[in-house]
Amino acid sequence: MLGIADKWVLLAYVLSILSAILCVVYGWRTWNKGDEPVKQEDVQWAKEEKEEVEETL
Amino acid sequence: MDALTIVAVIVYLLATCFLGYLGYRQTKTAADYLVAGRSASPLVMALSYGATFISTSAIVGFGGVAANLGMGLLWLTVLNIFVGIFIAFVFLGGATRRMGHHLDAHTFPELLGKRYDSRALQIITGLIIFLFMPLYAMAVMLGMAQFLSNQFVVSLNVSLLICAIIVALYVIAGGLKGVMLTDALQGTIMLAGMILLLVVTYVKLGGVTAAHQALTDMSGQVPKPLQAMGHQGWTSMPAFGWAKPGAADGHRYDLWWTMVTTIVMGVGIGVLAQPQLIVRFMTVKSRQSLNRAAMAGGIFILFMTGVAFVTGALSNAYFVQKEEIKCKVITDQAWFFADAKDKGILKELPAGADPKTTPGGARFVAYRLLHEREDQSAHYVLWTPKTSIVLGAGDEPDLLRPGLIGIARSIGPGTTMKGDVDRIIPRYVESALPRWFSVIFLLTLLSAAMSTMSSQFHTMGTAIGRDVFEQVTHHHAGKTILITRIGILIGIVAALVAGYFIRSNVIALATAIFFGLCAASFLPAFVLGLFWRRMNKQAAVSSMLVGFLVSLFWNVFVNLKVADSVGLCKAMFAGRSTPVPQNWSVTWNVVDPLVVALPLAVVTAVVVALATRPMDSAHVAHVFGGAKPKA
Repeated sequence: MLGIADKWVLLAYVLSILSAILCVVYGWRTWNKGDEPVKQEDVQWAKEEKEEVEETL
Repeated sequence: MDALTIVAVIVYLLATCFLGYLGYRQTKTAADYLVAGRSASPLVMALSYGATFISTSAIVGFGGVAANLGMGLLWLTVLNIFVGIFIAFVFLGGATRRMGHHLDAHTFPELLGKRYDSRALQIITGLIIFLFMPLYAMAVMLGMAQFLSNQFVVSLNVSLLICAIIVALYVIAGGLKGVMLTDALQGTIMLAGMILLLVVTYVKLGGVTAAHQALTDMSGQVPKPLQAMGHQGWTSMPAFGWAKPGAADGHRYDLWWTMVTTIVMGVGIGVLAQPQLIVRFMTVKSRQSLNRAAMAGGIFILFMTGVAFVTGALSNAYFVQKEEIKCKVITDQAWFFADAKDKGILKELPAGADPKTTPGGARFVAYRLLHEREDQSAHYVLWTPKTSIVLGAGDEPDLLRPGLIGIARSIGPGTTMKGDVDRIIPRYVESALPRWFSVIFLLTLLSAAMSTMSSQFHTMGTAIGRDVFEQVTHHHAGKTILITRIGILIGIVAALVAGYFIRSNVIALATAIFFGLCAASFLPAFVLGLFWRRMNKQAAVSSMLVGFLVSLFWNVFVNLKVADSVGLCKAMFAGRSTPVPQNWSVTWNVVDPLVVALPLAVVTAVVVALATRPMDSAHVAHVFGGAKPKA
C-alpha cells in the first residue's frame, strides 16, 4: 500500500499522520478548557524571570 | 555566494533583528505576556516551542540517517508527535508550570532542587547539563555548517567558524532572550521550507505512491555492508533478532537495534527530559494555552521530522534515477586515496604517484556548477561504471549522471569511502531543487539552528551560573551574571571545538547520546516528582546517579560505536573496544544505553522512595500547592 513494502514502515507512516491529527482533534476539543486565573505567584514568577534570568542574557 | 543568497540572508537577518528590537521595545518574551496576565497566541507558542525542539540536527543529521537506513525512521516522528507534543503538552506541561511557579523555579535544575529540597541535586543536574549539552549544540552547529560548506564549496572548518560567528553575534544582539516573535518567524520559515521540500520531492518522483514504489524497487541496490547489518531496503524495517554468540552473521541485527533503541527511543523518549524544553512549560499562562498549542505543535513536528525522514529516504530514488547535473566537467580522472581501508579520509594523491596502483585509490569526476566561477573549488562525485557524462557542444553545459545512492553520493574528499550521512541532505537540496529553493532551505536551516541553539546556550549559561555557581558559593546577582555569560561563551567554544574534531556521521549520534543521557538521568526524578508525593530526595539522587553512571558506562564500554570513538576502553583493555566477553552475542554492542539505564533508574527511584522515609509532610504539601512551611 502507498508503495511501501513493509507493514511496519507503512504503520509508522500512517501513525505519524494520525498522531498529528490526534493533536489537532485534542486541541480543537479542549480549545476553551483549562483556563486558569493568573495568580500572584504566576506574575511574581514572570517578573523574576525577566529580572533575574533574561537580564543576564 | 551569489547576489540572491546574499540578499536573502541579509533580509532574514534584518527581519530577525527587527523582531528582536520590537521584542526589546515592547517587551514580548513569554515572561512579559505572563507579567501582563496574558498568553501569547497558541500558534506563536507552538511555533516557538517547535522551533526550539527541531533543529538542523533533526533535518540534516536524522534526515541523512533516513537516507541511509530508510523510512523506518518515521517511528521517531510518531514518538516526536505522540510523546514530544501530545504527552508533553497534555500530561506534563500543566503540572510543570504549576509546580515551577509555585516553587519559584526558573531553570530545570532549580525545579528539581526545590521539589526535593536539595541543593546537591540542583548542582549535579546543572553540571550534567553544562558538561554534556555542548555535544548537542555541536550537532546543531555541524548541521548548519555541513549545508554551508556544501552550498558555498568551502571547507567544513571555515563554515563551522562562520556558524560560530553568527551564533556569537546573535547572542550579543540579545537572541537568547527568547523573543516569541523571533521564534515564531523562525518556525514559520522552517514550516514553509519543509513543506516545499516535501512537495518538490514527491512531484519530482511522480507522486506519493510512485515515489515510494521507486524506492521499494531499489532494495537490490542496498550496499553489501549494510545488507550484512540487516538493511532490507529503504521502505522496510531492518531485520530484527538477537545474534547467537559466535555466529558468522553476528551483525545481522545491528541496524534494527541502532535504529530502534538509539534513534527512535533515545530521541523519542529523551525529549521529555530536555531541560530547555521543560522550562518552556513554565512560561505559559494556563493549561488552556497548552491544549491549544498542542494543535499546531503536532502539525509542525509532522512537517519537520516527517518530511526530513521521507525526503531523506526518497533522495536515494532521486539520486539513482533522476539526478542530472548540468555543469562543466573539469575531469573524470580526479584521483584521491584513503590510507586506511574504510576509516581513512580521502586525500589527494602525492605528486607522481600512479593512481591506479596506489592502495585505497578512488576515481572521481570533478565538476563546477554553471553559476560558479572558475577560481571556486570543484565538486567531486565518485566515478563508477554507471557514471554517464555527456559533454555539451561549445558553450552548452555538460550533463553528468552519477547514478549513485545517497550514501555513495556523499563520498568525496574529506570523507572515508564509507561516506558521510551528514552530507546527504545538503547534496540532495543542492542537486534536486532549484537554486532559489536552496536559498530558502538555507534560511530554514539558519532558523532551525538559531532557535535551538539560543535555548541551548541559555540553558548551559544558567546551569553553570544560577544552578552551580550560585548554589555552591551563595553569591548572587553580579557574579552570577558574569559566570552565566562566561558559561555561554564556553558552551559556544566547546561546541565549535567538538565540531572541529568529531565531524563525520556524528550529528544524529551526538544528539541521540545527549537525549538518552538526559532521559536516563532526569526523567524518573522529573516525572515521578511531578505526580508522586512519596518520591523523595534520596530516590531522586540515587535514580539520577544510577541513570547517569549506567548510561555513561554503557556508552564508553559497551556500545561499540561510541566506545570506539571515545577510545578509553581500548586504552584500558589492551586495544579491545569493549570488555563484553567475546563469547557473548555481538548484539549487546549495539543496544543503546537508554534501554538498560532508564529502567534501572526508574526501578531505583521507586525502590529507594518506598524503602526510605517520605519527605517532610509540610514540604510535600508546599510542593503540591500548599503554603510554604515556616522555617
